[in-house]
Amino acid sequence: MSTAVAQKKGFGAFMWDYLTTVDHKKIAHLYLVAGGLFFLLGGLEAMIIRIQLIKPDNEFISAGLYNEMITMHGTTMIFLAAMPLLFALMNAVVPLQIGARDVAFPFLNSLGFWLFFFGGLILNFSWFMGGAPDAGWTAYAPLSTTSPTHGVDFYVMGLQISGAGTLIGGINFLVTIVNMRAPGMSYMRMPLFTWTVFVTSTLILFAFPALTVGLFLMMFDRMFGSVFFDVASGGNVIIWEHLFWIFGHPEVYILILPVFGVFSEVFSTFSKKRLFGYSAMVFATVLIGFLGFMVWAHHMFTTGMGPVANSIFAVTTMAIAVPTGIKIFNWLFTMWGGTIRMTTAMLWSVAFIPTFTIGGMTGVMLAAAAADYQYHDTYFVVAHFHYVIVGGVVFGIFAALHYWWPKMFGKVLNEKLGKWAFWPFFIGFHLTFFIQHFLGLMGMPRRYWKFLDGQGLDTGNLISTIGAFFMALGVIIFLWNVIYTAMKEPKASADPFDGRTLEWSIPSPPPFYNFKQTPLVRGLDALWIEKSEGKKAMTPAEPLGDIHMPYGSIIPFVMSFGLFIAGFGFIYQVDNPVWLSLVFIGMGITLGSMFVRSVKDDLGYHIHKEDLEKGDGQV
Amino acid sequence: MKGWMGKFRALFLLGSLSLILSGCGVDKVSALKPEGYGAELLYDLMILSIAIMIFVFIVVMAIYTFVLIRYRQKKGQEDYIPKQTEGNKMLEIIWTVIPIILLLVLAVPTVTAVFDLAEESSDEADIRIDVTSAQFWWQFDYAGEEISTSQDLYIPKGERVYLTMKSADVIHSFWVPSIAGKIDTNPGDNENTMYLEATEEGVYWGQCTELCGPSHSLMDFRVVVVSPEEYEQWVSDMQNADPEAEPETEVAQEGKEIFENNCLSCHAIGSQPKGVGPNLTNFGDRAKVAGILEPTKENIVNWILHPNEIKPGNTMPPNLVNEEEAGKVAEYLMQLKPSEVTPESAQ
Repeated sequence: MSTAVAQKKGFGAFMWDYLTTVDHKKIAHLYLVAGGLFFLLGGLEAMIIRIQLIKPDNEFISAGLYNEMITMHGTTMIFLAAMPLLFALMNAVVPLQIGARDVAFPFLNSLGFWLFFFGGLILNFSWFMGGAPDAGWTAYAPLSTTSPTHGVDFYVMGLQISGAGTLIGGINFLVTIVNMRAPGMSYMRMPLFTWTVFVTSTLILFAFPALTVGLFLMMFDRMFGSVFFDVASGGNVIIWEHLFWIFGHPEVYILILPVFGVFSEVFSTFSKKRLFGYSAMVFATVLIGFLGFMVWAHHMFTTGMGPVANSIFAVTTMAIAVPTGIKIFNWLFTMWGGTIRMTTAMLWSVAFIPTFTIGGMTGVMLAAAAADYQYHDTYFVVAHFHYVIVGGVVFGIFAALHYWWPKMFGKVLNEKLGKWAFWPFFIGFHLTFFIQHFLGLMGMPRRYWKFLDGQGLDTGNLISTIGAFFMALGVIIFLWNVIYTAMKEPKASADPFDGRTLEWSIPSPPPFYNFKQTPLVRGLDALWIEKSEGKKAMTPAEPLGDIHMPYGSIIPFVMSFGLFIAGFGFIYQVDNPVWLSLVFIGMGITLGSMFVRSVKDDLGYHIHKEDLEKGDGQV
Repeated sequence: MKGWMGKFRALFLLGSLSLILSGCGVDKVSALKPEGYGAELLYDLMILSIAIMIFVFIVVMAIYTFVLIRYRQKKGQEDYIPKQTEGNKMLEIIWTVIPIILLLVLAVPTVTAVFDLAEESSDEADIRIDVTSAQFWWQFDYAGEEISTSQDLYIPKGERVYLTMKSADVIHSFWVPSIAGKIDTNPGDNENTMYLEATEEGVYWGQCTELCGPSHSLMDFRVVVVSPEEYEQWVSDMQNADPEAEPETEVAQEGKEIFENNCLSCHAIGSQPKGVGPNLTNFGDRAKVAGILEPTKENIVNWILHPNEIKPGNTMPPNLVNEEEAGKVAEYLMQLKPSEVTPESAQ
């Protein structure tokens, strides 16, 4: 792993390397580490929530702190853990899968990461600066606009900055996938993971602006005296709900589609079979992405939109079950007739099917708008979205990490420890969340600091808390596996799992320029085609030549840091205009670095053909 | 159970499912123990959707189990290359069309129920109640009767009661799981409506289901379902309640004076225009103090002195009076029992 590099170069040089890198593989490492840390933080918050709910009328934490915990757990897990972990996978894999040497805009790639990172930092600084946001991750107005601490200001600034990073990342992957596919790789020959990333990036492009707008309205309400959400002055609080969910619902598909891609790759590889119904899978992905924009108001069935709107959104929501069902059956039939190797990556994927089916079923139940008058904002909903987000996204990220770890770090994660991590997490997950369906129906609303005695909710909550500890144990074993693998496991080969796609045709980890010669793609599962014809490597599409590479740059870091400073200025100028100076300093840094970037020519450099021949890639 | 939904209930599968689920939860709290028109309609819809989903789950799990057992790689198969099937049009059509049919089966009763539950009052004679939520309590104004009360909502059994919902501050949500579903109470002009139609008498647990601040989880209320006769009685008792009536005991009389000097600026007694705090006309009849505490003198005193410790974030100022005065106020409040009809009469 990278520790070896660090020892060779010294810690300072190692840090500088990562601060300035524009290499998609290293940016993947950055996303993985940052997203991983935020995942642990969000997990810790979850544990505190579950301990508070271990028994009725518990006083483990105060009501105010509890609301901060639930808000930060949700916000952290969605924006700062799931999103970056998926970006880690996208960065690590997509350029390799399409036979590219990097993403289309390496500089922007780095900028996207640092914006996300500093946005996440701002959000979490709130813990130490007078209190975290406490209006729920959905931040419904006017609870959020009237929240007395600065918490919600941190929410607004943090998400605005990290959201800009995500938007940049999404655009980057769109352009990359459209423009940088290797010769011969038509759209219908793209691996399914690349397809899902493509659709996800489109969703990011269209969904995040709604969040940006909503956050700006809220920012102006809280910091500059506007009244968009102030009913006393003619504002309207429902607008926030719409803006939030016009972003928020596609966001769910932004998270789940890439892991659908992961599972498609894993099922296919470990069943030694081509993906069953590839074109149906592509079609289903696109359809889910499209329908994802038509259903946001199903989060608002009890808002009072009236029976017509409720019925329409109920039916469109149910419609999404159809393409999702198509996917489930195609995965099952991918395994049908194959030879299934139950590796850890496959184990996570196999566990995903029943879990996600349950999550999808409760999704259809929730879509029945009238019945949602009972489910809405109860633990039934909590159970449902944890079944899809943990059972889907988190299982998928674990599967992907076990699958692509050799490509990211050059070693295969220890299989035995991998399975030991899986079982407590899997069992703990179902213990925690299955019972919550019933808790909800038995009358337990979500976001409840305490539940009272005598409502029959005691046993269910206790079981749920016990389950959470099992999940924590699973995560700890996984972390141990990462350390153990780095220390003890041997170096992996280029193709340890008998893979089918281009990333397995180059060494693990790949050289910094990825492909010495761009490969020629002759069909779906490009590497599999070559292997089944007895060839060991891809046929090159070009003669060996100089490779043009970009220089690293510290500018993305500085640019994001400027916004980080300005963020604090915006938050505190409400108390005292002196703080506006921070806004000017911060924006000065950002605009200054944009200016430098614009006027300074950075044409990159070439790796010469001779060096490539001589060192066999090791420059 | 009305119309065709009733026929579904007859089906054995649904019936048994229904039996299993109705074992869950506590009476008057759980959505799985419906005792109202809305809750029963939604319960049937729930059972129908669960039945469809269980069918789907069984099909998926059958294929899943078969595949995982049958096609697991066996010893000696390491180099075996399975046939690389591209797909199967017929299968794709089957697993597209069957789910669509199943969803239609669910969509029709869903839409019917949505419209059914959206019914609004069309008759002046209907019982109509304005519900106003505030951090962290509920105000109920009986539109035609000039009655205001809070925390305990009295309704007659078997009659449709129409509610108009709004909020005095942030968004809340009104939920009585055993009688009906829920709907948000929005600030401003976005008023919502729903109706309650209870089929049994009793005291039902109501809760706030939209995050509304620190004491969101403590914003409970009660729906007291009484017989129509008792309801008439209650209405006339409430209308005749005399806010000026002198209490019988001396302590309570002193309490009344302290109350008038300290509390009356926020709390109303009788059907005067509502204050910023809960109306206390029938405080002595309340099922709970502040929605969550048993109605004992000790709890009332504690609440008057330290409201913020019991319901964090609420706006009632602490320590307005000393402990002795609080005791007298409690005596006064506990004898505010304008009606014979109380939560006890509903049980």
